[in-house]
Amino acid sequence: MPKARLRREQIAERAALELPDGAYVNLGWGIPNLIAAYVPQDVVVYFHSENGILGMGPRAKAGEEDYDLVDAMKVPVTLVPGAAYFSQVDAHVMTRGGHLDICILGGLQVSEKGDLANWRVPGAKGAGGIGGAMDISVGAEKLIVTMEHNAKDGQRKIVKACSYPLTAIECVNTIITDLAVIDVTANGLVLREVAPGFTPEEVQAQTEPKLLYGGRVPEMVLRKN
Amino acid sequence: MFGGFGGAGFPNNLIQGLARRGARNLSVISNNCGTGDGELGILFKNRQIRHVVAAFPGPGATYFQQQFDAGEVELELVPQGILCERMRAFGAGIPAFYSPVGVGTDVAKGKEERVIRGKRCILEQALGADYAFIKAQRADRMGNLVYRKAARNFNPIMATAAKITIVEVDEVVETGTLDPETIVTPSIYVDRIVVAKGIHNA
Repeated sequence: MPKARLRREQIAERAALELPDGAYVNLGWGIPNLIAAYVPQDVVVYFHSENGILGMGPRAKAGEEDYDLVDAMKVPVTLVPGAAYFSQVDAHVMTRGGHLDICILGGLQVSEKGDLANWRVPGAKGAGGIGGAMDISVGAEKLIVTMEHNAKDGQRKIVKACSYPLTAIECVNTIITDLAVIDVTANGLVLREVAPGFTPEEVQAQTEPKLLYGGRVPEMVLRKN
Repeated sequence: MFGGFGGAGFPNNLIQGLARRGARNLSVISNNCGTGDGELGILFKNRQIRHVVAAFPGPGATYFQQQFDAGEVELELVPQGILCERMRAFGAGIPAFYSPVGVGTDVAKGKEERVIRGKRCILEQALGADYAFIKAQRADRMGNLVYRKAARNFNPIMATAAKITIVEVDEVVETGTLDPETIVTPSIYVDRIVVAKGIHNA
């Protein structure tokens, strides 16, 4: 039986540990959207939503929804103390201007140079949509991509060069998947952690570019305590 | 151009009015391309739109997506922050600007590229319109506007970037009763006010 990779919620749980106390954070669609639920209790972060909210709180309770207060996925949300509203121009002054501390996006492909492709699968029906992803990727002080290590058909998603339409070039700092935590460095991709039960060689086999690691690579720890 | 994002801040009553009036061959600027019949959906359903500039047409934009796949509507897909900034530039009298967003991607095709302060940048053109249809919560009789929560989104930017700005509001109050500290769109940008309570959020 094949070993169990991390579930999407566990990828989100590991990614939440990358958030420093007091950070201003933007979370994209997909796995990133699950991260807010796993922020450690001793850490306070402020979530940015590109439709014009800083200090977005949890999803609104049933019966308390206000459809003028929604996140970028149209979900009714709440505010935390200290929150602010602003226009979409200001929302992207924050993304593009490098004012946010950490942005976490989903990914279709990441290259060994840190190029990101995350907005369109070639050949898919419909027009696709860029949304705020390009502004966020270019401006992010630190950009983390959370995604499954392989596509549904088994194809590798961490590649030498992206074949899918690009979101931005040389923008990704860290990749967190169901198999590994990988840092993008000037020297190449550094394997920082492996999923519990997996070896660096097994992760390398699912990764097109060469991973850099010396000796034993620690296993991911999903919780602080 | 039409304000609105994520179901909030769309001038839905003005859009319905435009649908009834039947103006055709429209070039439209909006973040999304409708949700079913809602928001801009009705204008696509009626085939009133020929060309659209958008950042995220949206999987729920049924009529747009059908017409796009059939090659019946033109799309200029732009990064959302650049969509904002191109309209802001137009409103501010800046014809074009350099930006690093989209460098090395499909968005850069056909655009002048140069390196500024060590960063690859592309030249983006200002984006304006004949009409802006926007939504605010409240106007005074002069056209000063306040918005509600995240329904503000694109509306204040679009107010500055069109020859004629038409705002849909829940109510109009006497001039002088809005606190000048809280006014987001000053009256100078607003040409027409329509009080409409029919359809709020789609």
